[in-house]
Amino acid sequence: MSHHVVEVRNLCFAYPDGTEALKGVSFRIAHGLAVALVGANGAGKSTLLQHLNGALMPTRGEVAVGGTVLTRETAAAVRRAVGMVFQDPDDQLFMPTVFEDVAFGPLNAGLPPDEVERRAAAALERVGMGHLRNRPPYKLSAGEKRSVAIATVLAMSPDVLVMDEPSSNLDPRGRRRLIGLLRSFEHTRIIATHDLELVVEVCSHVFVLDGGAIVAEGPTLTVLNDEALMLAHGLECPHILRHLHPHGPA
Amino acid sequence: MGLGGWMEVGRMDELGQMDSPVHRVHAQAKTVTTGLFIISVMSFSRYEVSALTPFFLYPLMLMSLGRIPPGYLFRKVLVAAPFAVAVGLFNPFFDQQPAVAIGTLAVSGGWLSFASILLRFALTVSAALALVACTGMHRLCAGLERMGLPRILAVQLLFLYRYLFVVGAEGSRMVRGVELRAALPRALRFRVYGSLVGNLLLRSMARADRIYRAMQARGFDGAIRVLRPARLRWADLAFVCGWAAFFAAARFWNLAVLFGGLLMKGAS
Repeated sequence: MSHHVVEVRNLCFAYPDGTEALKGVSFRIAHGLAVALVGANGAGKSTLLQHLNGALMPTRGEVAVGGTVLTRETAAAVRRAVGMVFQDPDDQLFMPTVFEDVAFGPLNAGLPPDEVERRAAAALERVGMGHLRNRPPYKLSAGEKRSVAIATVLAMSPDVLVMDEPSSNLDPRGRRRLIGLLRSFEHTRIIATHDLELVVEVCSHVFVLDGGAIVAEGPTLTVLNDEALMLAHGLECPHILRHLHPHGPA
Repeated sequence: MGLGGWMEVGRMDELGQMDSPVHRVHAQAKTVTTGLFIISVMSFSRYEVSALTPFFLYPLMLMSLGRIPPGYLFRKVLVAAPFAVAVGLFNPFFDQQPAVAIGTLAVSGGWLSFASILLRFALTVSAALALVACTGMHRLCAGLERMGLPRILAVQLLFLYRYLFVVGAEGSRMVRGVELRAALPRALRFRVYGSLVGNLLLRSMARADRIYRAMQARGFDGAIRVLRPARLRWADLAFVCGWAAFFAAARFWNLAVLFGGLLMKGAS
């Protein structure tokens, strides 16, 4: 199952204006793990995520997904394996109807129409949004948009799911649904978020990013319970942990 | 941006999604017919007015069979109207030769050609808008591409349309931001608009870039693909041929005058 492994080696990236956003990031995420990427604003989370499907190319170092090193030539194949859910669903939903939006990826993959329809319908059902198929995406609620955005990615049957702030702008019920959904996936999941309570419930491992480098990593509870570490990097211990037995959430 | 604004800009897409006899006509058939329509309308002499009127049948047919609210389309035509007015504005001043007489009133060639320009503008723009409204931009561009329009142009057209919404949404969000803080006297606000426009450009570009990345992330490679493209049926051919025949007839005979003459003969 090595095709679900995500490996980043000494990744460095500087924006054209000279800002060094990533300074030698390295990690390896094994198959099926859910990993959180936490860090203060401007720590480099979004920049790092954008490297995982070749939206940005490293200045130095490399990214490998399932053993394939990401280059301009392999970008198309890697994008099929890495499903990216963007921070703002409005950026991701651009077709006239929900169904066409979800079908966009499989259609571009050149699948036959029956298979495209089957996959799009299945992905919508998977996120519980099958009843919205003929609605225009911009008329949905934030929670529905998020779910549909996830469906657009699921329809491509990715091995790895990468999400940028999946719980932002969601109401408590929408967030609860999202957490249930994220927990139910078997994909390798990489989630960048400030929602540390969500991290406790969904992710088994945490990387703490600060100033473009990984400053701490480890099992979720160990890292998030380290108050000194959290505070030092602009974070805090999630409230939920104060009420839990230190060996794990219920 | 508020929902109200989105509803207005997204309305075209919704109309394009509906199902009606004209929505079911093949996109390419409608495009060809509308092309023929525009060519016929534009080929009249510059002073022609009455012979143009029968051509309104085509956009009216698209609107009524396609259940497109005329008020909505009319507002969209008005948005573009200043261009047509600007084009024809000076005709009445430069061309003052009397061309026709209505009763005792002599109408100069300039006014006639001005009226003709406005009429042609109303015809072509309403037909083009009605075409988009009863086809959907996505299907229309896919159809154009299959008809041999270079792919890069078809994609450009599609993006132009898509990003129009994006820029519109960003723009109205910014205007709201300005208005909320505009305790300044009105005159001062004009200075703000310069940086506002620059900011809008940058924001729209950033957003367009994110949308493009999202499309790329889902395998977009420049080809416009449509799920289950419609097949050309005999009815589509009949649609094209029928309208082409009507346009030809209306081009070579002044149907308005003919029809008027028939009515008069019947009355006498």
